[in-house]
Amino acid sequence: MEHYNMNLTLKIWRQKNKNDKGGFQSFQVKDISSEMSFLEMLDVLNEQLIHEGQDPIAFDHDCREGICGMCSLYINGKPHGEWKGNTTCQLHMRAFKDGETITIEPWRASAFPVIKDLIVDRTSFDRIIQAGGYISVNTGNAVDGNSLPINKDRADASFAAAMCIGCGACVAACKNSSAMLFLSAKVAHLALLPQGEPERHSRVMNMVAQMDKEGFGACTNTGACEATCPKEISISNIARLNLEYLTASIVAEK
Amino acid sequence: MIDAKIPAGPLDDKWTEYKGHCKLVNPANKRKLEVIIIGTGLAGASAAASLGELGYKVKAFCFQDSPRRAHSIAAQGGINAAKNYQNDGDSVFRLFYDTIKGGDYRAREANVHRLSEVSSNIIDQCVAQGVPFAREYGGLLSNRSFGGTQVQRTFYAAGQTGQQLLIGAYQALERQVALGNVKMYNRHEMLDIVNIDGKTRGIIARDLVSGKLERHFGHAVLLCTGGYGNVFYLSTNAMGSNVTAIWKAHKKGAAFANPCFTQIHPTCIPVSGDHQSKLTLMSESLRNDGRIWVPQQKGETRKAIDIPEEERDYYLERRYPAFGNLVPRDVASRAAKERCDAGFGVGTSKQAVYLDFADAILRYGKIEVGKEGRENVSEEEIIVLGKEVVKEKYGNLFDMYEKITGENPYELPMRIYPAVHYTMGGLWVDYELQTTVKGLYCLGEANFSDHGANRLGASALMQGLADGYFVIPYTVGNYLADEIYSKAIPTDHPAFVEAEKAVADRIDTLMNIKGSQSVESLHKRLGKIMWDKCGMARNAEGLKQAIEEIKALKKEFWSDVKIPGIINEYNPELDKANRVADFIELGELMCVDALNRNESCGGHFREEYQTPEGEALRDDANYMYVAAWELKSEGNWELHKEPLNYDVIKPTQRNYK
Ligand SMILES: Cc1cc2nc3c(=O)[nH]c(=O)nc-3n(C[C@H](O)[C@H](O)[C@H](O)COP(=O)(O)OP(=O)(O)OC[C@H]3O[C@@H](n4cnc5c(N)ncnc54)[C@H](O)[C@@H]3O)c2cc1C
Ligand code: SF4
Ligand code: FES
Repeated sequence: MEHYNMNLTLKIWRQKNKNDKGGFQSFQVKDISSEMSFLEMLDVLNEQLIHEGQDPIAFDHDCREGICGMCSLYINGKPHGEWKGNTTCQLHMRAFKDGETITIEPWRASAFPVIKDLIVDRTSFDRIIQAGGYISVNTGNAVDGNSLPINKDRADASFAAAMCIGCGACVAACKNSSAMLFLSAKVAHLALLPQGEPERHSRVMNMVAQMDKEGFGACTNTGACEATCPKEISISNIARLNLEYLTASIVAEK
Repeated sequence: MIDAKIPAGPLDDKWTEYKGHCKLVNPANKRKLEVIIIGTGLAGASAAASLGELGYKVKAFCFQDSPRRAHSIAAQGGINAAKNYQNDGDSVFRLFYDTIKGGDYRAREANVHRLSEVSSNIIDQCVAQGVPFAREYGGLLSNRSFGGTQVQRTFYAAGQTGQQLLIGAYQALERQVALGNVKMYNRHEMLDIVNIDGKTRGIIARDLVSGKLERHFGHAVLLCTGGYGNVFYLSTNAMGSNVTAIWKAHKKGAAFANPCFTQIHPTCIPVSGDHQSKLTLMSESLRNDGRIWVPQQKGETRKAIDIPEEERDYYLERRYPAFGNLVPRDVASRAAKERCDAGFGVGTSKQAVYLDFADAILRYGKIEVGKEGRENVSEEEIIVLGKEVVKEKYGNLFDMYEKITGENPYELPMRIYPAVHYTMGGLWVDYELQTTVKGLYCLGEANFSDHGANRLGASALMQGLADGYFVIPYTVGNYLADEIYSKAIPTDHPAFVEAEKAVADRIDTLMNIKGSQSVESLHKRLGKIMWDKCGMARNAEGLKQAIEEIKALKKEFWSDVKIPGIINEYNPELDKANRVADFIELGELMCVDALNRNESCGGHFREEYQTPEGEALRDDANYMYVAAWELKSEGNWELHKEPLNYDVIKPTQRNYK
């Protein structure tokens, strides 16, 4: 790989706290190496701000390897930036050119209120899981792991859905701020396994009800969520969710 | 002070006997007993879920925005269990034996045996929760091999095993939250414990969003706060991973055991420049198929693919024919360092070796062709088929590598180098996972318990879940059974007031230094001292210097750190400052411990103590003990030795040749 350095203009959303109105502020950074990660570039900016006596930019991050789901950022109009199947922390500066202006915003959704600058509150996702995103099995109640063979394709499909990192990019990408991709990934993960069978109906009903209560929008099948999801969670999960929901509703009516 | 409380009787029966005789708490009383759990990684989430299910009143804390983000999520390779599903000779004894040997005979037999016994239950529990482990076509669970063993006992979910296990534990935890048994505190950091009459009775936590300090009472407190590898600044840990919780406990009386035992993982993506903020692991599972090599010629300038086979040095296969590329981590890391120090390293920094999949791709390609019964297939086509197999096995790891380096590992060998990964040291705990302070427990990576001087791959996930699901529900009950008459202590008790004031004062002091150096720059300097002098190779001279340098750095930190912003707001720089201040103190103790241990064992390599072939040279006569350090006053520790008795296994020189 050829390495190069670049100077950039950063237009970043600043907001003191949840009640502040917020607005953009511009910054210059110099000599950014193409080998840096995007968040390391923000580290450089923050070091600069600290030395100048200014408040550094607050952003969420932890693992910095694309798995914890903590990082967010809406970069040039795209959640997690330009690269496909990628999180913000995995985005590297070779995606940018010298002299570019980069606009950085927080996730925008009423169910994800801003806490400070680029940090939002995503606890609504935890509450959706609390509504039914689990299998009710107490510790110590399990039978032998191999007592119930599971068809490999089903197990693989379940795993593919279970890879969701709960980042919320799907919500940020959706013009309706719908959480359907996130929710459907969990429903699919559990519904595809025999262990998930007993609670299948109540799970989907309760989780959907909670999603509505949190103020997420409706799904109009535009597919923006799938296109931005860093784990490439398939939109076919939403179809499965709808089917599960329908069946559950019929069963509930009886 | 140090009594491991290992139950009497034969090794095989200890845990069964313990469970059969420990005290129990009846359901009505459980509701009145409050347990505080700090951390929601595998250890904390599994403990919180299990104790919630039992009916205790649980409060759980994590500093991230959700319990699901604990760093356990990042574990890639897998989790061990002695299921012997492969019929390849595995057993509880063999897993126990491998772990003791892998730890270079510095772990407790009784603990490790228990770990091995419950390992099977963990897999069952996880499957029941819906953890989608990898499966074979017949629908049964699949296994792979990991370093330091000769059986296939590692269960996995592609390269995301930790994620899947944590999601399982997280969901179990959220279920208890929904049922009202657990109350979850996100974006909260524990900043002190509160002891009353010799027992831990609560904590002081800071709400990271508002900056406010809070007091919480608990009849018992469980610290499940993960590893402290970030003392080296660069490590495979998450940015927020820290030592603060256990360090505060240490300052309030809990002994710290084997602090210098650090695992340096052989296969990580090398440092690319000064901007580097963390290092990324390439899972050990890759060593199942990848071959590690360096050029035979010093200062080689050709590209990897232009170096012919006979001019490559597959140094692990050469030095350790029996285990080859699957030697344990400490051995593999030192061998890589040895080659790079000798001038055979590759890449621009020359601090890297190759991890090459070309052979594996060919081998798998041929198998695929064989399955289809075809002949006269071109090498190109074989390679295409082989790449598909490799992608199925390691696709996400290869993608991660490419995103970071911009290089395609299907075409070029990976460049890798050892990096700080795991800390075997931690709070000293007895057989019940209780620290030297009554009512204060420590689980998961944060304790020192099961891995001796070197942890085998796929054993940390096992230990975290063993502690949380299967050990603590019994052992904490044994303690709480005597607490049923203790009423909840109101948090206006002077001990709480005093502890909160001390925390507030320290934060004030930090904010008022108003110096000129950022927290990050001071942390980086600490990391460099630790890596250079207390890293992969250590010697007495260097360690003595390091101690002086750290003391000086501590002074500099407390007189010149610059923290922007204010206290009562979301202030990540202040959070970081709190953590780095603790890392500095820990760094000193790690060097003290490394200096005390005049032997080499596992990940602790003292250059003065090695065999003629450069292997670690233990001194069982003088150092077969756990070093438990008690803090007496600032920079002054008393060493307590817990002798290690090997009743069943006979320690020998570890041999992977
Ligand atoms: C990249 C990587 C890959 C790995 N792969 C494997 C593998 O394949 N197999 C294997 O067996 N092991 C692996 N390990 C090791 C293993 O993942 C860890 O040892 C294990 O997950 C630690 O779990 P834990 O529950 O002890 O801590 P963690 O998962 O680190 O959780 C710590 C928790 O404590 C909280 N916390 C910390 N401090 C505070 C505080 N002061 N106040 C409040 N909360 C706090 C955090 O918020 C978090 O919830 C890997 C480790 C890494 C880094
Ligand atoms: S579905 Fe994708 S985008 Fe949405 S939360 Fe999960 S990983 Fe993130
Ligand atoms: S920081 Fe963990 S996914 Fe980006």
